[in-house]
Amino acid sequence: MTDAPLLKVRDISKFYGARIGCRNVSFDLWPGEVLAIVGESGSGKTTLLNCLATRLMPTSGTIQYRMRDGQMRDLARMGEAERRFLMRTDWGFVHQNPADGLRMTVSAGANVGERLMAVGDRHYGNIRETAGDWLRRVEIGLDRIDDQPRAFSGGMRQRLQIARNLVTAPRLVFMDEPTGGLDVSVQARLLDLVRGLVHDLGLSAIVVTHDLAVARLLSHRMMVMKDGHVIEQGLTDRVLDDPREAYTQLLVSSILQV
Amino acid sequence: MYVAVKGGEAAIANAHRLLADRRRGDRSLPSITIEQIVAQLGLAVDRVMAEASLYDRAIAALAIRQSRGDMIEAIFILRAYRTTLPRFGYSVPVETSRMLVERRVSATYKDLPGGQLLGPTFDYTHRLLDPSLLRDEQVEEPLQRDGEQEPVMRVSDILAGEGLVEGDGELPAGHVPGDLTREPLEFPMARDLRLQALARGDEGFLLSLAYSTQRGYGNNHPFVGEVRMGEVEVELDLPELGFAVSLGRIQVTECQMITQFKGSVKSPPQFTRGYGLVFGQNERKAMSMSLVDRALRTDEFEEDVVSPAQDEEFVISHSDNVQATGFVEHLKLPHYVDFQAELDLMRRMRREHDERSREEPGDDTLEAAQ
Amino acid sequence: MNAVPSELATYNFAYLDEQTKRMIRRTILKAIAIPGYQVPFASREMPMPYGWGTGGVQVTAAILGPEDVLKVIDQGADDTTNAVSIRAFFQKVANVAVTTKTREATIIQTRHRIPEEKLTAGQTLVYQVPIPEPLRFLEPRETETRKMHALEEYGLMHVKLYEDIARNGHIATTYSYPVKVEGRYVMSPSPTPKFDNPKMHMSEALQLFGAGREKRIYALPPFTDVVSLDFEDHPFEVQKFERPCALCGAENVYLDEVVLDDRGGRMFVCSDTDHCEDRRDHGHCGTMLAYGKAAAE
Repeated sequence: MTDAPLLKVRDISKFYGARIGCRNVSFDLWPGEVLAIVGESGSGKTTLLNCLATRLMPTSGTIQYRMRDGQMRDLARMGEAERRFLMRTDWGFVHQNPADGLRMTVSAGANVGERLMAVGDRHYGNIRETAGDWLRRVEIGLDRIDDQPRAFSGGMRQRLQIARNLVTAPRLVFMDEPTGGLDVSVQARLLDLVRGLVHDLGLSAIVVTHDLAVARLLSHRMMVMKDGHVIEQGLTDRVLDDPREAYTQLLVSSILQV
Repeated sequence: MYVAVKGGEAAIANAHRLLADRRRGDRSLPSITIEQIVAQLGLAVDRVMAEASLYDRAIAALAIRQSRGDMIEAIFILRAYRTTLPRFGYSVPVETSRMLVERRVSATYKDLPGGQLLGPTFDYTHRLLDPSLLRDEQVEEPLQRDGEQEPVMRVSDILAGEGLVEGDGELPAGHVPGDLTREPLEFPMARDLRLQALARGDEGFLLSLAYSTQRGYGNNHPFVGEVRMGEVEVELDLPELGFAVSLGRIQVTECQMITQFKGSVKSPPQFTRGYGLVFGQNERKAMSMSLVDRALRTDEFEEDVVSPAQDEEFVISHSDNVQATGFVEHLKLPHYVDFQAELDLMRRMRREHDERSREEPGDDTLEAAQ
Repeated sequence: MNAVPSELATYNFAYLDEQTKRMIRRTILKAIAIPGYQVPFASREMPMPYGWGTGGVQVTAAILGPEDVLKVIDQGADDTTNAVSIRAFFQKVANVAVTTKTREATIIQTRHRIPEEKLTAGQTLVYQVPIPEPLRFLEPRETETRKMHALEEYGLMHVKLYEDIARNGHIATTYSYPVKVEGRYVMSPSPTPKFDNPKMHMSEALQLFGAGREKRIYALPPFTDVVSLDFEDHPFEVQKFERPCALCGAENVYLDEVVLDDRGGRMFVCSDTDHCEDRRDHGHCGTMLAYGKAAAE
């Protein structure tokens, strides 16, 4: 990890009319760090994630991102063209439902290759080779490269979505309940894969999950949210082993009982 | 020897001559007059005027006669005429609360100022074929009521008196109502332009969309606040005079649909509205329009777009029957240049496929062998 | 109000009123200033149906002057019914001189083809366009495609070509083949066969595209860079015909297939009828014509 944060978040709030989405959230994310945002549904964690990923406009607060040239830039002040370019090159976004992040009627190879073509890659053979390489890394057989994700299982679709996001070597990936819709056995395999990729590629990631086991396995640090507020944050092991807030204690104990 | 096909010109002339013959039909019968069409096929005339956006019964009747009764063709002819007419100006909004009402029904109040007036309606007729119409039967004069009428208050004004329904809405300051026949269409549209598009939209298309909202595809819990039909004054502002002068009266049908209420912390709960206004007598169209108008206001009420009737681009892009009929029917124009290109590719792909299967006998041949 | 109109208003030169023509000319100027960009315009209702050339007719009507010589083709031919009809329309409402000779025309309105003969400076080619948006079948929403053009997000276009190659071994788009204009806007050439795409590149003539139903006009000014989209290892290529025109013997021209009998008999003849006639007038002769002549003698 270097000494400059990748993402600087200050006092982010989002209101839906009078209702609070999230309120006064501040934190830094460091290169190579995985941050988990946990909480029940309705706690504001997905709202926060969407604000961070510029999919939602925050009501107030600032988000700064360190570009590849080392400059810190305010995301709200970036033009739409630049922001969209950032989103499809330096960032990734893994949706809970793979259908939201994939083109379901386009082959697996083209799903992975799309970002390459979007940034100007014009060699069919190279694009296909890179796509094949990424399918291998997410454990999808090369013989499936021309199949559409419609014909894939839930776990395969999710792995394909991850490959589609990682092909441009992003530095920051947002994940919204990445194991949400999957069977327990499939979840374990996917988590293992994601952990390996994050480690190998030195990715920074922000993972939203209601599942403390996911947070434990993937994240270095975690934030606990309730009613739109961050009520506790710290190193993942510390928060899970020694929760300070009553709500966190309840959350941890309810998981352990299961 | 091959001779390329020629003579498109003669073929067209002959076809049009035959069309004129079929339009006239049996010469031993008198030709139908424009006056007869206006007087006896009035609702057909009304529909053509509404969807052509041109209020002129005689010219609409001429278009119907010219099109042999094909309504969309008549609308098309009338629109192509309208588009060349110069614009002198835009009238001030018609005041439907001062309508000379011929029909007015409300489903939300049993009785109300101005009363319920059935007027000339098919409602409550039994749809039994009437043999007396086979001949030229005498028809009784209609009954007429004497004396003064109390003002026919608009239902929306009654509810607005209690603040229970949203107002007519404010356009942004300086907003000049658009004219979609003079400006390019752009999405998302302001409501004034959307209502224009709906007013000239295809009656059948809007009816189906309105029906779909009732069946759950974007339901908005509608009540007919009122439907009224009658004559309104059309006025034009004359800057030289400093006041508006009357140009005459036109017949219109208006529908105020009272729909699902909304409220928030800031604003108290209120019914919302959908609005429909068309030339002539056409309740079906006015009601359909009001339902679709309400369905399309998802932006204003922060509703999710989940059904076709709520999707502005889908509805407005496909509601115009002159556009639709042209584009569907253009498929009968020659496309052989493109088809030749496809044919060429298809043959090449077939050849490649055959070569491949010769080289490596695939599953097909194996199966055949078994 | 119920009186029968004794006389209807008469129509202006070239049908459209002058105000409308000025509006369309302004749109055309903007389109020329931004090559390949689709400029919205308030398309008028025309006395022919949408999808039958209303966009091209409006463009032609707006630029047509009494001195112009007009040629109208459909599928490359002057004598197809819709071409005949549009030509007759302009003869009626503008009393303008018409021709079938490509080199004599100052304005050529076309549907689905670019003439074989090289167009020259001073000529204008007006295309009838059904769907101006090259991204339409990948993304149905106007609001979204407009953003894609504005931000130059054309990755999706190559996804389609990628899928073609993955599925068929080569790019399977044969007409309406998308092009990139001056390295900026991706543009639909209208449903011309891709055979004609190279003719748009650096053309001396002004090329105007009118889409009436979709209310868009776009343009290629003379000497504009027009590149058909492709991959480095799957370069753009045009259809090649295995034989010359059976009537005039021309090679490297676009051919129509004509079914001669019910026993599989086929012949291939020039789609551009003027080009074919011109060649025959100059003594060129294809196999079928030679055979016919021999039989007649």
